[in-house]
Amino acid sequence: MVEAAAHAQPAWALLAYLIAGICFILALRGLSSPESSRRGNATGMIGMAIAIATTLAIHLPGTSVTPIATPTTFLVNWTVLAEMLVAVGIGATAGLVIARRIAMTAMPQLVAAFHSLVGMAAVLVGAAAYLNPEAFGITAQIPYFHSSLTSGCCFTGIARVSRVEMGLGVAIGAITFSGSVIAFLKLNGNMSGKPILLPLRHVINLGTLAAILILIAYFTQDQSPWVFFTVMGLSFAIGFLLIIPIGGADMPVVISMLNSYSGWAAAAMGFTLHNTAMIITGALVGSSGAILSYIMCRAMNRSFISVIAGGFGVVTSSGDAAAVDRPYKRGSAEDAAFLMSQAEQVIIVPGYGMAVAQAQHAVREMADLLKAKGVTVKYAIHPVAGRMPGHMNVLLAEANVPYDEVFELEDINSEFAQTDVAYVIGANDVTNPAAKNDKSSPIYGMPVLDVEKARTCLFVKRSMGGVGYAGIDNELFYRDNTMMLLGDAKKMTEEIVKALG
Amino acid sequence: MDFISILSIFVLACFVGYYVVWSVTPALHTPLMSVTNAISSVIVVGALIAAAAAGSPGSKWLGLVAVALASVNIFGGFAVTQRMLSMYKKRERKDG
Repeated sequence: MVEAAAHAQPAWALLAYLIAGICFILALRGLSSPESSRRGNATGMIGMAIAIATTLAIHLPGTSVTPIATPTTFLVNWTVLAEMLVAVGIGATAGLVIARRIAMTAMPQLVAAFHSLVGMAAVLVGAAAYLNPEAFGITAQIPYFHSSLTSGCCFTGIARVSRVEMGLGVAIGAITFSGSVIAFLKLNGNMSGKPILLPLRHVINLGTLAAILILIAYFTQDQSPWVFFTVMGLSFAIGFLLIIPIGGADMPVVISMLNSYSGWAAAAMGFTLHNTAMIITGALVGSSGAILSYIMCRAMNRSFISVIAGGFGVVTSSGDAAAVDRPYKRGSAEDAAFLMSQAEQVIIVPGYGMAVAQAQHAVREMADLLKAKGVTVKYAIHPVAGRMPGHMNVLLAEANVPYDEVFELEDINSEFAQTDVAYVIGANDVTNPAAKNDKSSPIYGMPVLDVEKARTCLFVKRSMGGVGYAGIDNELFYRDNTMMLLGDAKKMTEEIVKALG
Repeated sequence: MDFISILSIFVLACFVGYYVVWSVTPALHTPLMSVTNAISSVIVVGALIAAAAAGSPGSKWLGLVAVALASVNIFGGFAVTQRMLSMYKKRERKDG
């Protein structure tokens, strides 16, 4: 009976959590178009407010007192409530300050950092539930081992199902935390983007994963602290180990994958707490991250397993040394300005280099001047341009580029043939024709933007020596219709603006 | 609620998530990530329960820390999403 009593949440609370869950579904639904997205986001906030208010109402800290012959009165413990509000206040202040100050180019790092917080919160909630199971209503009468058929033999412990849910929640949360910390350090440049390959890493990783699962299974039989905390410790370790060998170019997949994990962690905790809002949210976030990972993998023509296994970008192709000496055409900002002002249509292809150089505003200025001269300007975005899904779209939106001038790969690829100038800024691998015609290339089969079909291709690049993240040369640089604009992406674009003006 | 009803909700929500997320326009994938981040902090519900409960000081403090961490995410996540979404503008049509 203990279990049933502890789980009894009032019906209105269950409904309120359900409504919160629906608000979250609508928040994601709103993102199907930019017009409805702001309303969607507001709906999400309402959902969160409902979830928090409901929780505070049914779990108000304090004690019920039932004096003789009077109705039950509830004495609120104001100190505890104040402590909770202070905790919310501290978090809210930090969150709002970060949200306001963060540069749009740093969004991937920020998202990684936020993921790590969700993961850590899941671990802490799991640990709190382990230490105080009565508060979470997850206790049950557990029969002693070997004597389940006799009665009067039981002790009060954590329900077996809850132990599995809790164990999984803590494990996924810990993996999300430590994985996101590594992803953050790599994206933020505190750690080299190069993959770090430990010997025997697959054996170590699989062994650790197996150990975690076995311990969670054992946890159902034995709820001693060492089992619980070993699961936690091993999960932190596996998070580090999993992300360390993954290179910078695969970060869009990693960050979507961690997004997915943070959702599954929330869902597992939702199972523990029998909370529909958490379960719905966890399922939404989990599938969202999984779909984004899939989209990113498909855009790189790589299997999810090969990304997780890591090590991409370590092998540099053999042709490099010779390639640097090949003849290429170099142009100046004035040449580029002249070519583009004579064009009918210019397609701008931004990549990670544009984000690094913070060149998005200069690019928009250039596009404005071209449009004033009667040139049609469009933007072409490859799904993996940048360090996270949709990164380039946000940067262009920040620079006031209207979103209906920005096109995805499938929608614009056929237009390059009718385009006079393709202006490639800070993108390399996503334009490399080797993906279409060189079977030996590591990026063979990846969908790429057909920039070489444009009459002239302008490549803004820091120097000729460097190669893209895949570590392979781009034969486009040496074509007759390509002109290399060597220099910093922002400075070069600004010079073109000057020449146009 | 028994395990099976909870599992049913979970499985159905996964399907809802699948269809809803595929309908998100690729241009909004970054806001999608930041908003999913914000909503997955609904885990704050568990943190609040832990912080409010009497009986175990350790559990209470873990709960309070979790409340603070999840709040960073909730407020930061929604605010940064709002900031991004407000930047997406349509082309101004010049009529006449």
